[in-house]
Amino acid sequence: MDAQGLHDLLAGKFGERVSAFQADALQPWSVVAPEAIAEVAAFAKADPALAFDNLMCLGAVDYPAIKESVPRMELVYHLYSYTHRHLHVLKVMLPREGASVPSVESVWGVANWHEREVFDMFGIGFTGHSDLRRILLPDDWEGHPLRKDWVDPEFYTGMHVRPTAQMAERFQAGEKIGIGPFDFTPFNAHVDE
Amino acid sequence: MSTVIPPVDDKERGGDSLGAERQGGARGGSSSLVTPPHDYGWRLEDLDNDEMILNMGPQHPSTHGVLRIELRTDGEVVRAARPHIGYLHRCFEKHAENVDYPGVIPYTDRMDYVAAMGNSLGYALAVEQLMKIEVSPYVQAIRVTVCELQRIASHCLAVGAYGMDIGAFTPFLHLLRDREKILDLFEWTCGARLLYNYNWVGGVSHDLPEGFIRAARQFLRDFESVTFPEMMDLLISNKIFIKRTAEIGVCPPALAVSYDLTGPNLRGSGMPRDLRKDAPYMGYDKYEFDVKVGKGEFGPVGSCFDRNWVRAAEMAESAKLVHQALDALEKMEKADVHEKVPKRVKPPKGEVYSRSEAPRIQLGYFIVAYASGINPYRVKVKSPCFTAMSVFHILARGMYIADIIALIGSLDVVLGEIDR
Repeated sequence: MDAQGLHDLLAGKFGERVSAFQADALQPWSVVAPEAIAEVAAFAKADPALAFDNLMCLGAVDYPAIKESVPRMELVYHLYSYTHRHLHVLKVMLPREGASVPSVESVWGVANWHEREVFDMFGIGFTGHSDLRRILLPDDWEGHPLRKDWVDPEFYTGMHVRPTAQMAERFQAGEKIGIGPFDFTPFNAHVDE
Repeated sequence: MSTVIPPVDDKERGGDSLGAERQGGARGGSSSLVTPPHDYGWRLEDLDNDEMILNMGPQHPSTHGVLRIELRTDGEVVRAARPHIGYLHRCFEKHAENVDYPGVIPYTDRMDYVAAMGNSLGYALAVEQLMKIEVSPYVQAIRVTVCELQRIASHCLAVGAYGMDIGAFTPFLHLLRDREKILDLFEWTCGARLLYNYNWVGGVSHDLPEGFIRAARQFLRDFESVTFPEMMDLLISNKIFIKRTAEIGVCPPALAVSYDLTGPNLRGSGMPRDLRKDAPYMGYDKYEFDVKVGKGEFGPVGSCFDRNWVRAAEMAESAKLVHQALDALEKMEKADVHEKVPKRVKPPKGEVYSRSEAPRIQLGYFIVAYASGINPYRVKVKSPCFTAMSVFHILARGMYIADIIALIGSLDVVLGEIDR
């Protein structure tokens, strides 16, 4: 089935909550209302004509306000059907701050780790997730680095993340920064201000 | 690791005084630690008298990288397992946003560092799809050659290291010997043994050198006549090996699909699915090869043995593919491998999710080009090892501790790709 047919099936079932079909894209997508995504996912897997038994990829993309575009966060679900060998893309548009969507973990098991990664990197919450915690970054990390407004922290657990102005001055004065035989002098030490 | 078990408030536990007594003073000291932001899933009070928490890793030789597994054990039996990943996280996706499109390729090599050809190929295919570049048949044949050679090399390491994990040392040496020969071929071609930067957007970095075809054929002859049968006799049909692996780690097909296992892991569960057949790319539809599927000869379908057997059997299929690609190359005129390489890689606005059957399972790139010129706006990698690891806690339940090693090896994960 082609993307238009897949979208029509979904839209026929969910009406307003599956809207805005983007047909001219390289891989056409349907936009799903945030609160409906778990229902749509369960339907997409159970319906024999759709039979999306595989969640290939779940990723997020951050779009801060650039020019006149609306600031938003997009969740992108790439579905594949081993039965019918067709694929479809679902998108969920979210506000950039404090967003939360229902988890699809109960539909596709693999979503558990994908959603943890999205939470880790973007700070999007997933309601009904069994184990929502950081996955790639340390537990005590603050912030969500793949957001476009991310700035590197100055310290991490008391250590300087980047060389400081003082370190750069000592380096320029020819001093070795390190303990014993070890030389920790950052090769790119520079004065920030 | 005292931080593994978080201190728990007495009131929250609902008045289980027995648990508090069992703990004794052990909890007193740890409560001054930073309170973890989440529940780790089990608490010391939940554990039975005979149970204990055992940390396997991160520096365990059989975990194929820096993987820590928290095991809840009852004697030798694993009641529950919980993998902890992220020790090797190198911010690949963040880096990719800050370099231009061709600049991402060396980073992709460093994800799965034992089979780097497949990674850069997947990325190149994705960007080519965005830019609507069609590479010439000559470049396609070169890519098939190197990628299938890389698949043999990768499976050599996977099968060999798997044997070594569970106690068979000799096959590892035999297989590594042949892997080295493939790496020599690659070094001859592009100058690097592991991290190639070979598959570029729209082409490859170097043409195959003079005499490559002859050398590759010689390698294949050695491999097919000596190493492959040797491996099948020495390791795969070894009675001890079969007894050790054929009954454990059984993954039914429905579970495999739900957890997005792909490649040899999925085929080991009895699903005859191969992207090279289902959605041919790079001219794979012109080649003849069989899709090897786990048969469950010695136990249930989808066991550790089946996954590993698929990998071993696939090496012969890859050798067939390389032969055909070399035949095609011999018939073709030499062409410029940089012919379609764009001067400036700047795709139009759009997004694509592209999959390819990398040696280590099915790798996906989700690339968004969005009004930011020469840098990708977002590169998301669907790492197949990541999804393979996410099913681990289900497969590991009820196993013996020693079998955990056999399970990790049979999933063939590389932590560099999981953590990216």
